[in-house]
Amino acid sequence: MSAVLRIEDLRIETTGDAPRALVDGVSLHVDRGEALGVVGESGSGKSLTVLAALGLLPVGTRVAGGRIAIDEHVLVDVGAGVWAGERELRALRGRTAAMVFQDPMSSLDPLRAVGAQVASAVRVHAPMSRRAARERAVELLTSVGVRDAAERAGTRPHQWSGGMRQRAMIAMAIAHDPLLLIADEPTTALDVTVQAQVMDLLAEVRERTGSALVLITHDLGLVAENSDRLAVMHHGRVVETGATRAVLDAPAEDYTKRLMAAMPAESERTAPAVRAGEPDALVADRIVVEYRVPGRKAPVRAVDGVSLRIAAGETVAVVGESGCGKSSLAKAVLGVQPAIEGAVVLGGEPVRKELAARTAAERERAQIVFQDPYSALDPRLTVHELVAEPLRIRRAYTRAAVTKLLEDVGLDEGHAKRLPGQLSGGQRQRVGIARALALRPKLLVLDEPVSALDVSIQAQVLELLDGLQREHGLGYLFISHDLGVVRSIADRVVVMQQGRVVEEAPTAQIFRDPQHPFTRQLLDAVPRLDGPRRGRRPLRVS
Amino acid sequence: MLPFIARRLALAVATVLAVVTIAFVLGRATGEPGGLLLPDNATQAEVDALNAALGFDRPIVVQYLDTLVGLVTGDFGDSYRLRESALGLVLERVPATVELAFWAFAIGLVLAVAAALAIQLTGSRVLRAVAGWAGAMRQSVPDFFFALLLVLVFSVLLGALPSLGRTSYASLVLPVLTLATGQFVMYLRLLDASLSEQAGQDFVRTAIAQGQRRSTVLFTRMLPNAALPVLGMAGLNLGGLLGGTVVVEVVFAWPGLGKLLTDAVSQRDFPIVQAGLVFVALAFVIVNTAVDVLVRRIDTRTAAA
Repeated sequence: MSAVLRIEDLRIETTGDAPRALVDGVSLHVDRGEALGVVGESGSGKSLTVLAALGLLPVGTRVAGGRIAIDEHVLVDVGAGVWAGERELRALRGRTAAMVFQDPMSSLDPLRAVGAQVASAVRVHAPMSRRAARERAVELLTSVGVRDAAERAGTRPHQWSGGMRQRAMIAMAIAHDPLLLIADEPTTALDVTVQAQVMDLLAEVRERTGSALVLITHDLGLVAENSDRLAVMHHGRVVETGATRAVLDAPAEDYTKRLMAAMPAESERTAPAVRAGEPDALVADRIVVEYRVPGRKAPVRAVDGVSLRIAAGETVAVVGESGCGKSSLAKAVLGVQPAIEGAVVLGGEPVRKELAARTAAERERAQIVFQDPYSALDPRLTVHELVAEPLRIRRAYTRAAVTKLLEDVGLDEGHAKRLPGQLSGGQRQRVGIARALALRPKLLVLDEPVSALDVSIQAQVLELLDGLQREHGLGYLFISHDLGVVRSIADRVVVMQQGRVVEEAPTAQIFRDPQHPFTRQLLDAVPRLDGPRRGRRPLRVS
Repeated sequence: MLPFIARRLALAVATVLAVVTIAFVLGRATGEPGGLLLPDNATQAEVDALNAALGFDRPIVVQYLDTLVGLVTGDFGDSYRLRESALGLVLERVPATVELAFWAFAIGLVLAVAAALAIQLTGSRVLRAVAGWAGAMRQSVPDFFFALLLVLVFSVLLGALPSLGRTSYASLVLPVLTLATGQFVMYLRLLDASLSEQAGQDFVRTAIAQGQRRSTVLFTRMLPNAALPVLGMAGLNLGGLLGGTVVVEVVFAWPGLGKLLTDAVSQRDFPIVQAGLVFVALAFVIVNTAVDVLVRRIDTRTAAA
């Protein structure tokens, strides 16, 4: 059988005087109509490997060895001195092999109508009039499930939802019925329910076009449900490869086992840390949050009368799709976006709704850990200074206090002198947690605290959070779209939809016996290791 | 869009009002014009008589209201020195300044766009280094000194171009060159930084992954996105040029608005100062509003936010 993509012994290095290998000795192949999952954590080289196939390596990296062929057409053979020119690559890109990228917002030109962008993808390889291309674009958009495509084609990306944008990206990718679709984390930026729709769509268009698929992801569940074969990458090498089912049922390599073990368990937290007798960390009573939208008279109601109680030592997860009001609720609790109605009680004492009106003592009671540990830390302050800052503001700084806080989150004196840029993602999030704990809050708002981290790091940070909760009796308001993570850490789950709570129950009950249809929909959409294979079996073309 | 334009018009009125008020206060704070208009040996009686004739003996509030009425009716009074309509004198000078500002702006911007595109298309580090070096050289020389250098080379040594006045197209060359080089350097820096930033954007990668030519992507994707911040800057700049080519006008004895205004200020010729400032403020506000409308049309995200 002929391979659509064949990579042999690929080596990718950084350019410059002291080249460092980013990908080393990677061999992969994708047969016609086949779906290959490439799994790995950030820095494993999984994206670089496929970007190299289309000559799209980012500046500062280069292919230093090996051979790449698409549809038996050799593009690179370092040993034989073969290097495809830009013209050759251009003929393949979008026609033989097309890509779907991670973030559909940034991957679309913000200034051009979506329809025009699809049309220009059409015209690249199929010369036709602009009008004909527009019509073809509307057809393509309709075929990927964009309703009223003719009307919506004239609007720009910011007027589209995330899921719709990714559909448009797929429409562009299938414009020329490519032999190979390369999807690089195609659903990472999307809600879990939208993720399910997009993966279904990918399976459906592949049935139509017969395209092979390379699915690059960090999510083993996604690979389990959407690939025939799988390659696990780690530190620039393929550590294990084989039929997806076989590998997941009986992983041979340690790293694969570790990855699978780090997946949030399909079971609940067994030992709650709730402290009876202490005042509740948070009582939020019928909170209403509204936003003014310029150009619209009526304000948008993001949170519509939500009540929430979190005991000392309890973790309550708020889940829902983006735009459901979970972040607005957290902002109202913190007072950053004050509630227009309702009341907030922190650690047993009522506090004012606006952060600006709260006293220092009131502010101390609720702190936040942000989603993105990269942007949440001032890049010019050392770890020590970052954690010391809240203490200095309250004139409570001592060197020993900072050292103790860093110790609590598993960092030592060596880390204290470093800048955030010299830390890994997991270490940065530890700094964020230490900073939030500095003022001894009663309530910690955890806004997607692990979703920017690799699964193995996620598990460590969740373990840390669990330990800190037991030690300090902290209440956690845990905001997440990742139900697997929620299941392993939360005592109770609150499901929000359109600003309201649709279901609230102990974690075990939510996962075993969801009552509300929306909760069921959310749970069904989560990809699982033992989930069913989506779509038809691949087309076999001999 | 309409409420936006209405808001901007209100802002324009407020701006002009503020400019006139500040000019009025500063003008009166530096003394009455009677003493400055008459020769040194004039008697106090003569000075008083002139002040009375020009209305400076009236209460300050009345003078201010009188100025505001003049602003609304477009009657700024006659120039004290020339005994002609101040507005007429200002408008008479406008074409010369607009000519200078427009050519400097257009040549600077067009050349900067061309150079920035050339740097991106060739990917040449040498080109960028040369442009950066030349830009730093030009920016480290003040306009008036650069102008004198040009005069020295082209007028004195080569005798090729006139150094004074506004007599022919040839006389445009040196003043425009002085201003345009400054504009060119500024826009080139902005555009090069902006384009380089766009080169790393995901949507640029998307277009290339579709098989589009890099040059097509540069013109259709990168340039429009890179142009947005430059456009805003260009608006501020063109507005500034319309009112502030003073130094160059003085060096080249160019009969423009800048020269008229500096002369009028030193001679306490208030009607001209006021008419001139109102014109400059209006030009500035109008150009900027037009640019903002343009940016909002290109980038509908800003209109939504």
